[in-house]
Amino acid sequence: MSQILDELRYTRSHEWVRDLGNGVVEIGISDHAQAALGDIVFVETPEVGRPVTAGGNCAVVESVKAASDVYSPVAGTVVASNADLAAQPELVNQQPYTAGWLLRIAVDDTAAKPVLLSAAGYREFTATDGP
Amino acid sequence: MPFIPHTHDDVTAMLDTIGVGSLDDLFDEIPAPLKIEALREIPAGLCEMDIDRLMRERAALDAPPLCFIGAGAYEHHIPAPVWALATRGEFYSSYTPYQAEASQGTLQVIYEYQSMICALTAMDVANASLYDGASALAESCLTAVRVNRASNSRRILMPRTVNPIHGRVTTAIAGNQGIVLQPVAFDADSGRTALDSLRPYEGEDFAALVVPQPNFFGTLEDVDALTDWAHRNRMLVIAAVNPTALAIYKPPGEWGSPGAAKRGADIVCGEGQPLGIPLAGGGPYFGFMATRSEFVRQLPGRIVGRTLDAAGRPGFSLTLQAREQHIRRSKATSNICTNQGLMVTAATIYLSLLGAQGLAEVAEACRQRTAQLVQALGRVAGVHPAFPEPRFHEAVLALDRPVGPVLEALARRGIVGGLDLAEHYPELGPALLVCATETKTSADIDTYAQALHEVTNEPASDAA
Repeated sequence: MSQILDELRYTRSHEWVRDLGNGVVEIGISDHAQAALGDIVFVETPEVGRPVTAGGNCAVVESVKAASDVYSPVAGTVVASNADLAAQPELVNQQPYTAGWLLRIAVDDTAAKPVLLSAAGYREFTATDGP
Repeated sequence: MPFIPHTHDDVTAMLDTIGVGSLDDLFDEIPAPLKIEALREIPAGLCEMDIDRLMRERAALDAPPLCFIGAGAYEHHIPAPVWALATRGEFYSSYTPYQAEASQGTLQVIYEYQSMICALTAMDVANASLYDGASALAESCLTAVRVNRASNSRRILMPRTVNPIHGRVTTAIAGNQGIVLQPVAFDADSGRTALDSLRPYEGEDFAALVVPQPNFFGTLEDVDALTDWAHRNRMLVIAAVNPTALAIYKPPGEWGSPGAAKRGADIVCGEGQPLGIPLAGGGPYFGFMATRSEFVRQLPGRIVGRTLDAAGRPGFSLTLQAREQHIRRSKATSNICTNQGLMVTAATIYLSLLGAQGLAEVAEACRQRTAQLVQALGRVAGVHPAFPEPRFHEAVLALDRPVGPVLEALARRGIVGGLDLAEHYPELGPALLVCATETKTSADIDTYAQALHEVTNEPASDAA
């Protein structure tokens, strides 16, 4: 059973979103997603300052069996990316909700509010839907 | 005898299984206007004996002329062992080495090839090769746009001194992906890409600058200055190089001035044909491509890596395949998922036989022969070098009359005199691109000079 944290919001493409306050959110991929991907060997994150759109490709997570795009849950600008992942991509497997975060985005207030799932909603989604 | 393994019954059984009436019905979804009813230009089949005779007759028409044309494909001596070994069944018929446990020999050859390309270019990683130099340039431009994180640009600065045929292929491939190639003028006196020509793009957002060495005119570019300029302007440097020349000139991995913040080209590509591949009819050739370690995940094509098996023994396998089409589908770094295995095998054997010193001797011989050729042809009235030295093994000659008829007259004397630049560089006026490799002797050069003297002094009536 994969772990789903109550304090986070989720997407149907298996990203999580943590509100850091001051209009900045942190995103990563869910425990469910990392388990489905298998051992992660490489993470490609965008340059700080790069604009991202809601639903747009913002990172790539490469495992031994697949390479998957990560879609930004929100529109905004990248303000940080997790530099530790360059040397330790396995952090995404080991601690997907903490040390394995991917990037932080300053949310664009003018963009339409994205529809995100609550922990309960995501729990139900992963229970009924395949990865 | 048709070399098709399926009998009529097999085909019928397969069509029945999927509920399709005939082979034509199977391709029903292709709109009729896109189908060609018959290949009208293709004659009916011939038996083996007749085709053998026809090919011999055609080959005789190509009786080895004295060839002074380069322009992207070069006549070099190929030591006999190269193709004697490359055509052994183990290499000749081996297919894509997906199955590492059954393909160690092929994989090791490719690994050695990659190592040699890295050594020649002074780069960190090379792929297992691409189709040819032109597609390698196109793939290099696509890679540059993907990896230049300091730039959002899909524009590339493409000096006009880059092989224009490679430029056209690049436009055809990369242009369809929204990449724009901005031509950069060359300096009319030196035949090089001058920093003055780049000034309009100073501070502009471009993903990369392509730097040819030598350039299409055979002239050596000031690669250090061009590399520094590109890096100062947050552009990557794509080196488009001749592999033979790399044996005697500074490798792209070391381009740039010693004091510069960042040194070396970022991506290197080129046509591999000079390394043991016959001119043939323009192919098959192979393209090489190398880059820095940090960009390896954006490198297109196959990559072979050295690893350890379960018992800890060294071995070779395809690696970093998540870049490739069979895994990343439409997001792959390229839709090219093969390599020119046989050509690369020949090139690896060629380089092994020559070694670093042998290749440098070939390059130096080419340089000297071309200098000799330019001197000899320059003595013919109405002919002079269009650009000054330094040059490698090609040169542009300015003529006092249209080049086409001169080349035709030379051809009647069994000499392929070079490439008429009228199509690609009309602004040069009558200009002829010539090349002499190590295969040309002093006597060959004298023969050409004498013939050029004669055809340019023929009475006007002969030209008509």
